[in-house]
Amino acid sequence: MSDQVAFRVEGLTKTYASGAIAVQALRGIDLALYEGELVVLLGPSGSGKSTLLNILGALDIPSTGRIFFREHELTGMSDAALTAFRREHVGFVFQFYNLVPSLTARENVALVTEIAKRPMRPEEALERVGLGHRLAHFPAELSGGEQQRVAIARAIAKRPEVLLCDEPTGALDSATGVTVLEALYEANRDLGTITALITHNAAIRRIAHRTIRLADGRVASIEENPQRMEPAGIEW
Amino acid sequence: MRALDLKLMRDLRRLWAQCLAIALVLGCGVMVLVLATGTERSLRLTRDAYYDRGHFAQIFAAATRVPKQLLPEIARIPGVAQVEARVSMNVVVDLPGMVEPAQARLLSLPAAGAPVLNRPTVRLGRLPEPGRIDEVALSENFAEANGLAPGASFAAILNGQRRALRVVGLVLSPEFVYLIGPGALMPDDRHYGVIWMNEEPAAAAAGLSGAFNDLSLRLTRGASEAAVIAAVDRVLAPYGGTGAHGREQQVSDTFLRGELGQLGAMALILPPIFLIVSAFLVNMVLSRLILLERPVIGLLKAMGFTGREIAVHYLKLSIGIGVGGVLLGWIAGAWLGARTTQLYTEFYRFPYLIYAPGTASFAISAVMGLGAVALGAVRAVNASARLRPAVAMQPPAPPLYRLGRIDAAAIRMGLRQTTMMILRSITRWPGRAAVTVLGVSAAMSVLVACFFTFDSIAAVIDEAFTRTNRQQVTLHLARSVPATATEAAAHLPGVTRVEGAFGLPVRLTRGWRSALTQVEARSDGDTLVRVLDGNGRVVAMPPAGLVLPETLAAKLGVAPGDVVTLSLLAPPRDTVDVAVSRVLPQSLGETAYIAAPALFALMRVAPQVNRLNLLVDTDRLPALYAAVKTAPAVDGVLLWTGIRAQFDATIRENLIRSVMIYAVLGVLITVGVIYNAARIQLSERSYELASLRVLGFTRAEVGYVLVGELMLLTFLAIPPGLLGGYGFSALISAGFSTDLIRIPLVISRQTYAVAALIAAVSALGAALVVRRRLDRIDLATALKQRD
Repeated sequence: MSDQVAFRVEGLTKTYASGAIAVQALRGIDLALYEGELVVLLGPSGSGKSTLLNILGALDIPSTGRIFFREHELTGMSDAALTAFRREHVGFVFQFYNLVPSLTARENVALVTEIAKRPMRPEEALERVGLGHRLAHFPAELSGGEQQRVAIARAIAKRPEVLLCDEPTGALDSATGVTVLEALYEANRDLGTITALITHNAAIRRIAHRTIRLADGRVASIEENPQRMEPAGIEW
Repeated sequence: MRALDLKLMRDLRRLWAQCLAIALVLGCGVMVLVLATGTERSLRLTRDAYYDRGHFAQIFAAATRVPKQLLPEIARIPGVAQVEARVSMNVVVDLPGMVEPAQARLLSLPAAGAPVLNRPTVRLGRLPEPGRIDEVALSENFAEANGLAPGASFAAILNGQRRALRVVGLVLSPEFVYLIGPGALMPDDRHYGVIWMNEEPAAAAAGLSGAFNDLSLRLTRGASEAAVIAAVDRVLAPYGGTGAHGREQQVSDTFLRGELGQLGAMALILPPIFLIVSAFLVNMVLSRLILLERPVIGLLKAMGFTGREIAVHYLKLSIGIGVGGVLLGWIAGAWLGARTTQLYTEFYRFPYLIYAPGTASFAISAVMGLGAVALGAVRAVNASARLRPAVAMQPPAPPLYRLGRIDAAAIRMGLRQTTMMILRSITRWPGRAAVTVLGVSAAMSVLVACFFTFDSIAAVIDEAFTRTNRQQVTLHLARSVPATATEAAAHLPGVTRVEGAFGLPVRLTRGWRSALTQVEARSDGDTLVRVLDGNGRVVAMPPAGLVLPETLAAKLGVAPGDVVTLSLLAPPRDTVDVAVSRVLPQSLGETAYIAAPALFALMRVAPQVNRLNLLVDTDRLPALYAAVKTAPAVDGVLLWTGIRAQFDATIRENLIRSVMIYAVLGVLITVGVIYNAARIQLSERSYELASLRVLGFTRAEVGYVLVGELMLLTFLAIPPGLLGGYGFSALISAGFSTDLIRIPLVISRQTYAVAALIAAVSALGAALVVRRRLDRIDLATALKQRD
């Protein structure tokens, strides 16, 4: 982790029109994420974690406020520019893996390496998450933990600068969850990928550089973690 | 309203675009059925009513000269109810302001009272008054085309004498509903008409005072037509009878019958395609809907609804689509039917029109339409009824993929993963892909068959005008003259080449089959009018023996080598046995051919001609026309360039109209199939496609997965579609050929290409419309949903 700011978020708000009611998901967030850091976003349901992550990853746009990645301002970019930003800089990992069921593990990763600028080979990405032996299996033939590790391999294969993970261990048991966290931890350590990780599981904050707590659409607290643990050391 | 029915209404509203796409395809089938059967019925009823009220004769005969004293004998023939004897002659007409000659058939009106049979209906003015020798009534279309109203005058050459005639009325006759000149291929209202004149001047002009040369009969109920014809032929033989015939050989009636037959064929051939495709579409959409509704079905079952109630619920959905389609088809069919029936009156002249599509066509189309969708729904509905509630409430198991040979080949080819997704989707759901391919190929078949009509008509035109008839003008002579007359004709103004031709009426008999037709003498040196074989090569006439067109050979049931009995219906009126030497495919007409020396030997006369085919210096055509208008020997003129122009214009105008309709139908099927397939793809794969967008794929790249698959299926539909189009065209060729025109099965490469292109473009359009929905997918929420 360096002290160079990668993401800068200023006065971010997001209001959803849900039928006749307006739901305010973010109520003014100011935040900085640093190069190479692994942060954990904690908070109860509806606190705005996913909305913040989606906006950071250019999946969604804020209602007001500004967001910068390095020297580029993301707010106000066109849809095509946001797509290009995701394509070149961001990797995603979701709770439900989001693998293409008709593609094998290797092909799911190749999907991304084919459109990336300087990707690693799909096999190498899968080796990194410990799935070098499951290349030709379809998602339906893999366990939940394996599917999530394929998703991580797919996310890191293009060597993204940012890895955004929305409850990556949410659907997994403790032991499987740890293997997934190891994959994320190593990608952050070895590739220097800025990693933001949403979880409900407070134990996971021990592997992070920092923990950001959200409540009611605002940043409630930010705490640094001087004694990081390896994922193998935590359990829940 | 019950809650379940409310749900049904809302489902229909939510799926309106898909339902509409299916309803449109179904509506096309219903429309064609209502249109064809409605038009056929209206035209048939109009014809029958008109024939009845106009006392249209049932038997027609012509002779050279029959004394009127013979009439009582004819009336006594068992089975004869009414007799009408007339004078009939072909005349050349000189119309004011028209350079070229026209021709007409002149018919006499009885000295006292109206005709008993073939009664003219006066549309304007009146019939000639008794005793007036210069008054005439004209067939309405001829008068209108030439701007001749009652009071107008024109000249006609009656037996070599130029006579001024005054128009007193315009009439229609059941005998000339479709009015076409001898030897012409299409009605030409400007150049051919019918003239009704009092008997006395007509008989005087024809040299038939106290005699007649044209006979019409009506039969008593249950009388044998064949027996009466035989009796009439016996009576008329000594007076130059050329063979009596029934309505089946009456030109106007034959065209009408052919038209009715074609409409009947259209009702049989086209609707099944649309009905089958819509049945498949309903199946496709309902299966998918039920898959998506599994949790709801589980819930309903858990609440105590029976499988039957749930099945009925989904069946109602398909019936809702069916009712929509049937209504659309009814409205379009009834509207187009009324318009089409109206259009027929341009060619078929009736004094009134009965538009009565009849309830039967609506009922049948409704039963077939609703049956098709219900059938399509049955399989999907059955599946819904069988689901166990606990199973239904679970999300369906994810699809299982396996690596097969196609995958191995695709991997070796190093295809992109998005392309792999397309291939795997097709190989994983081959049935669904097959429905799409089937639907699009059905559309292509319709398109091929609709453009095929252009090809076949072009082939007919090419055969008739370019290769067979190469003369510019044909002169019909009032009577046969020695072949030496040909030399005299060469001196007519502007004539650069003359070839004489000779034909006479004959009856050909083989066993119980017989046909009244014309036999033509063919000389070796003939170059203007040629007889061609199926490959366009000139047929060398065998020294003896007949050459028959396929249609005539089929009618007689004969093949080369068989012997037929040839009865000459002109002097010497001999009957001889002649071998059939050759049978030729031929699009138009049923004329038999024989070598000129053989025919004249049979007739025991020196070579004769009764027609002259001319090539003319175009600049001098007016002079030729002027000469023909005063030539006593000429009783008819055919101007081939005019015929061709008329043929081209009429056929193309009509074809373009109907081809447009069928092209729209082809496009509608394609759109219906592809739109539904695309919507289903989209709803099943929105999660997957949204994932691609999240991974940084552009809209175009994600759209490729959706559109690429459908276009690949469209591409796969081309071979079966074109093959189906060929089969479909063959059906049309067989079903639409009449006694007068055989529709040749000729399909050009352009037709295939255009059909495939239209289908592909419509498919692309439909797929792109659905692709736009991809843009509206909210990435953040799409990812949260586990379908």
